[in-house]
Amino acid sequence: MIPGAFSYHRPASVADAVKLLSDLGEDARPLAGGHSLVPMMKLRLASPAHLVDLHGIAGLKGIGRDGNSLVIGAMTTQHDLLASDDVARSVPILHEAALLIADPQVRYRGTIGGNVANGDPGNDMPALMLTLGATYRLEGPNGAREVKAADFYQGAYFTALEPGEILTAVSIPVPAPGHGYAYEKLKRKVGDYATAAAAVVLTMASGKVASCAIGLTNVHETPLLATAAAQAVIGTSLDAAALKNAAAAAEAIMAPAADTRGPVEYRKHVGGIMVARALQRAASRAR
Amino acid sequence: MAKTHVTMKVNGAEVEGLVEPRTLLVHFIRESLGMTGTHIGCETTHCGACTVDIDGMSVKSCTMFAVQAQGSDITTVEGMANADGSLSALQEGFRMMHGLQCGFCTPGMIMRAHRLLKENPSPSEEEIRMGISGNICRCTGYQNIVRAIQYAAAKLNGIEFKEAAE
Repeated sequence: MIPGAFSYHRPASVADAVKLLSDLGEDARPLAGGHSLVPMMKLRLASPAHLVDLHGIAGLKGIGRDGNSLVIGAMTTQHDLLASDDVARSVPILHEAALLIADPQVRYRGTIGGNVANGDPGNDMPALMLTLGATYRLEGPNGAREVKAADFYQGAYFTALEPGEILTAVSIPVPAPGHGYAYEKLKRKVGDYATAAAAVVLTMASGKVASCAIGLTNVHETPLLATAAAQAVIGTSLDAAALKNAAAAAEAIMAPAADTRGPVEYRKHVGGIMVARALQRAASRAR
Repeated sequence: MAKTHVTMKVNGAEVEGLVEPRTLLVHFIRESLGMTGTHIGCETTHCGACTVDIDGMSVKSCTMFAVQAQGSDITTVEGMANADGSLSALQEGFRMMHGLQCGFCTPGMIMRAHRLLKENPSPSEEEIRMGISGNICRCTGYQNIVRAIQYAAAKLNGIEFKEAAE
């Protein structure tokens, strides 16, 4: 399979990339790792006339700190995340989830920026970003702005990105020391998108949940923050009733598509199970 | 569509060519360079038969454009033998452990295993299986492929390979 013809651009700065995307308009697409876009182009489900390859922009790759936040450049790959001691130590749920994305070859190329900016409900990082309260830096023809991950996703492949804008960095507030975390992903095989997945970050105090955030992957046209489910476990010791309430509250906001991964009822049911498992595993890790 | 001049290093030799932007790296390697060891399987980034090593990364060459490989250092299965032409530890492992049946997946398996052993010289069976999870084989059930990689790891570490009891 051969993609349609396109012109290739390789800008050396964000400003040049933004100018190209603004000038070329809707016929242009930014190219990050390419492991979503290139297969789509080969299937002719996407036929951009111009590709603006972001690999030539040195400043878009890397993991650093800004106060108590981890700042990750958009072109940082999943492999880079897995190799980072700071990620493994301070935001270990990112490490755990990155290992569940696709396969080793794809992780060498696939980027965090592409994963969060594409708006694909099957991608794993967006629900984590909601759970962690992350902020995205968007740079466009009218300058730079910060948008909360919670405000970014509007529909399947539909986000807050305006024409000409590029997502350049992800900023993640480092969770409290001793927090518990888990990303539970049910999938049919290695490399598959989630049938349903749940991210949990929580803190415990005296055997009870003190704070909790829950994110859901691939059970709606956008990633979801399961606020009521998280509220249902705060102050509890995660006993059977609390877990059941949390699963039910999470299932109540799910609206998955029926596809080869299963009918709607099944995907909601296993989504609830992923929430309960993630809560239990996160609590067992909390100090 | 105007063609672009690209240069890169493949198996230690400088190569060049004219490519359309849409030319996939695997097509450049097979059709322009005439190196047909790198296979095209699924063409949808699943099967890993087209895996090559680019600047220290295992990459599915069907999911990258040749223009993106400008200036890079690539190793394909043709570059895997020892300098004197004898089989490398991995190639020997695949031969000795019967790590291939139809052989279609083999170039990708060897290139992926090459990078895996560079990053983790003594992988567990579980680590080998996760390490080749981006490569699909339909006729060996992976058993002998895993043994082949264990054989190579043992040889590279200078220890005698002992097969696990059946």
